[in-house]
Amino acid sequence: MKRMRVIPTLLLDRNGGLVKSVRFGKRTYIGDPINAVRIFNEKEVDELILLDIDATVDSKGPNYAVIEDIVSEAFMPVAFGGGICSVEQMATILRSGVEKVVLNAAPHGNPSLIGEAVARFGSQSVVGGIDVKKSLFGKYSVFTHSGKRNLGKSPTEIAMQFERSGVGELMVYSIDRDGTRVGYDIPLLQGVASGVGVPVIACGGAGTLDDFIEAHEVAGCSAVAAGSMFVYQSSTQGVLINYPTRDQLDDHVFSRLQCNLESRTL
Amino acid sequence: MITIIDYGTGNIRAIENMLRVLGHESRISGVPEEVASASKIILPGVGHFDYGMRQLRSSGLIDVLDEAATSRQIPVLGICLGAQLLTRRSDEGTEPGLGWVSAETRRFDRSRLADSLRIPHMGWADTGYQAGHPLFDGFNETPRFYYVHSYHMVCDDPVNELCHAVHGYRFVSGIAKDNILGVQFHPEKSHRFGKRILDNFAKWIPSRRVGEQA
Repeated sequence: MKRMRVIPTLLLDRNGGLVKSVRFGKRTYIGDPINAVRIFNEKEVDELILLDIDATVDSKGPNYAVIEDIVSEAFMPVAFGGGICSVEQMATILRSGVEKVVLNAAPHGNPSLIGEAVARFGSQSVVGGIDVKKSLFGKYSVFTHSGKRNLGKSPTEIAMQFERSGVGELMVYSIDRDGTRVGYDIPLLQGVASGVGVPVIACGGAGTLDDFIEAHEVAGCSAVAAGSMFVYQSSTQGVLINYPTRDQLDDHVFSRLQCNLESRTL
Repeated sequence: MITIIDYGTGNIRAIENMLRVLGHESRISGVPEEVASASKIILPGVGHFDYGMRQLRSSGLIDVLDEAATSRQIPVLGICLGAQLLTRRSDEGTEPGLGWVSAETRRFDRSRLADSLRIPHMGWADTGYQAGHPLFDGFNETPRFYYVHSYHMVCDDPVNELCHAVHGYRFVSGIAKDNILGVQFHPEKSHRFGKRILDNFAKWIPSRRVGEQA
């Protein structure tokens, strides 16, 4: 069976709490990240992405103590992003028990950063984060600083630039779909995934298991990430850390992916 | 004690964390004198092959590791880059590897992968293994492990193939020669499947040494 990675994305605020945003704006407090990670650990999630959504805006480096606490019992791959701007910071983060760093804003001010990181840690440890907003006229632009700063460049352009610099993976996050649960921005993802050779993680808008299938089959993404879907109950929006069972994923998602006997990797 | 070699590459705390939860004592060390007294060695590593070999050399660890693996013949487990370093060489660089296992490390052959398959190979993969090997003791189902790599090992002799997975084509994802083992996947990041691997390694007492008759 062809499979893909299904990844909860957890957002940390400046106080080290777990929050969930809507369109990178209004936030809801979800709870203690360590507790959430423990639950995701028990549910044997494929991977986790942790993003500190205040660090860059506050011009603060990563909070190592919080990262170390969170990952000390995370027996799945963890990617961390937020406020990272040097190779030394990455070394400290990777040492503490994290597999990958997500670089979003820093490479735009320091174009050699990705190359230095890749030379030291390997491309598989470096994820290029691309946050995207769509204008009223339907034009996609890349934003940094939690959606506050417009780079004035297209996601495909940034994706190719990141790929040339050597990132092992790209995470494409639709700001407009964040927290909405109306489905991924498929044209956005498709545009990026078709232009690069590295794996693309879809993020922003997932509401149902069917959305995962569309991100893979239509948009060509290698992995799917979701926030609201895994921290809220589907009906009431009450906080509930959840993740589909292996059987649910097999029956409702993986078995419906285009048959590809060549790959048994999820 | 199980000694996790710290030579400045990648994620070593995760291995210590998992061993701790399993109830096995371990220490992280890059000091040659401490490595010399290790009862088991885990050689982790994420990153570039040449960087890894140079780090081992500049830390003064090559001789003491060599002595542990080939003279003292204590159990050694290489993980990810640490497994690739057990081979003679890699397509990734020009530095010679440790060369303890007759194998080399090659880049994924793009021409043998469908367009939809990407490099690095990243994700969970069902992993078949050499039946009866103690590292894989006690699996009732096909284990799946987390992989992140652009290079894979190729053994001169299939007898050293410990396990395998598929990414476009079947590749060797673990190698074994007597007391020396290496796995391409990350047991420390593979939930209960990985826990079993590390638990098996921690409990493993090789029954016979190199050169002894069965």
